[in-house]
Amino acid sequence: MSAADALRVENVSHWFGVRQVLSEVSFRVPQGQFVALLGPNGAGKTTLFAIIARLYHSRTGAVRVFERDMQREPSRALADLGIVFQARTLDPDLTIGQNLVYHAALHGIVKRHAVERSAALLARVGLADRMDDKVRTLSGGQARRVEIARALIHQPRLLLLDEPTVGLDMASRSDIVADIRALVREEGLSVLWATHILDEIEPDDGVVVLHEGQVIASGPVRSVASEGGLATAFHQLTNDRRVKENA
Amino acid sequence: MSSTVTVEGRLGFAGYATCFSGIVRREFLRFVNQRERFLSALVRPLVWLFIFAAGFRSVLGVSIIPPYETYVLYEVYVVPGLAVMIQLFNGMQSSLSMVYDREVGSMRVLLTSPFPRWSILLAKLAAGVLVSLLQVYVFLAIAHVWEVDIPPLGYLAALPALVLSGLMLGSIGLFLSSLVRQLENFASVMNFVIFPMFFASSALYPLWRIRESSEALYMICLANPFTHAVELVRHALYGSFDPTALSVVTLVTLVFFVLAVLAYDPARGIMIRRGGPAGETT
Repeated sequence: MSAADALRVENVSHWFGVRQVLSEVSFRVPQGQFVALLGPNGAGKTTLFAIIARLYHSRTGAVRVFERDMQREPSRALADLGIVFQARTLDPDLTIGQNLVYHAALHGIVKRHAVERSAALLARVGLADRMDDKVRTLSGGQARRVEIARALIHQPRLLLLDEPTVGLDMASRSDIVADIRALVREEGLSVLWATHILDEIEPDDGVVVLHEGQVIASGPVRSVASEGGLATAFHQLTNDRRVKENA
Repeated sequence: MSSTVTVEGRLGFAGYATCFSGIVRREFLRFVNQRERFLSALVRPLVWLFIFAAGFRSVLGVSIIPPYETYVLYEVYVVPGLAVMIQLFNGMQSSLSMVYDREVGSMRVLLTSPFPRWSILLAKLAAGVLVSLLQVYVFLAIAHVWEVDIPPLGYLAALPALVLSGLMLGSIGLFLSSLVRQLENFASVMNFVIFPMFFASSALYPLWRIRESSEALYMICLANPFTHAVELVRHALYGSFDPTALSVVTLVTLVFFVLAVLAYDPARGIMIRRGGPAGETT
């Protein structure tokens, strides 16, 4: 139990009706690290994100963001959390600037500060001149970059991204991955990045492998990956699990 | 790029106020961007006033009943009901936008604000009421041109009544938004909520007339909170006060707001049962 953890998920289980979607999920994201939450579609990644983001509580277990318990101190825990959801969540009828100022207000940041910070963040994601454009004029990759800027507007120390590159072309995908890695490197941001794309994970990252609602491996990529690489290890892990279940 | 305000500072009272005004501003911007919504919100009561009321003027005589001190024309009688009808539609429109927000995912952004859920929902509610007030006063101005005379002070006295009736109808809408599973199901809200509430009330005809034709319908109208919202506004417009209406409207507002807060509570609300927006993997 390290005091430096940006996120600790402890024994989280969840059911929708009688269907169990998460089972005793535990892992940690150390401060200033890029951790990939790796799992195939349907593994429970989005449900886990919803629980971490307090959209709903887990039936059992705990979530702590920088030692703040999400159920007991939700305000302080959420203030440290930036989230990019899998679904597009910008308001298409508003301008990019209006979307960012709205999000800043949801975190108690007044308009003047929000406008300043929006300009700086949009410059960072290469969209400095688009502040007054309607969201519906953006491409998929640009909208995603605005969502990342929005998630950073209240200066969170932990950023959650739920499959942020889904549906994007190769160039946009690699731009976004590079942007986030730069934030980790330059600003010490902690990141939990849900994905099912192995190419987005690097040897120095942490990885949590989620399969059918259970964590089947976690730790530094180097220790989880076999000699054949992370892809081989991932397929082996998920297949082993299937074989055990069918036995 | 650094802000001088600390996290603790942002989460204080000033932060609440910023969050509140941010939500209200966003709803207002959405409203301004949807001019056809404003237009249709106005056209609906104006059709009732210009066509229905004119047609029924000779058929439906209205006797002297409080708060009126003299015989009034039917279009005079019907104006308060139509004003609250605007709020009824507006409340349901807000509810519709909550369901839409949930489907497209922007609800998630709202619900991950560090401020308590009740304060977020209250801000949504307040925003809806503000928008409805704007619509109602434009309607009242047009009605004035149509020679529906209301005492000048009545416009001012009606403001708190309209705020309260707007809060009540908004709370009902907010609660309904937690029950409606999908956007497509919203038509049933029209059938089962808006029309019965509007027609089984004192909006279009005085309750004594309803009682003459059916005692059961009269009792239904009396139990309908929309009746009390209409009467509260009707009395306020003519400088009188209806304590029963005020009590009913206040109580119904509180009950439905608490129900809405419970429905959006992370431990027991709709998100825990329904999960995320359509199209996301689990």
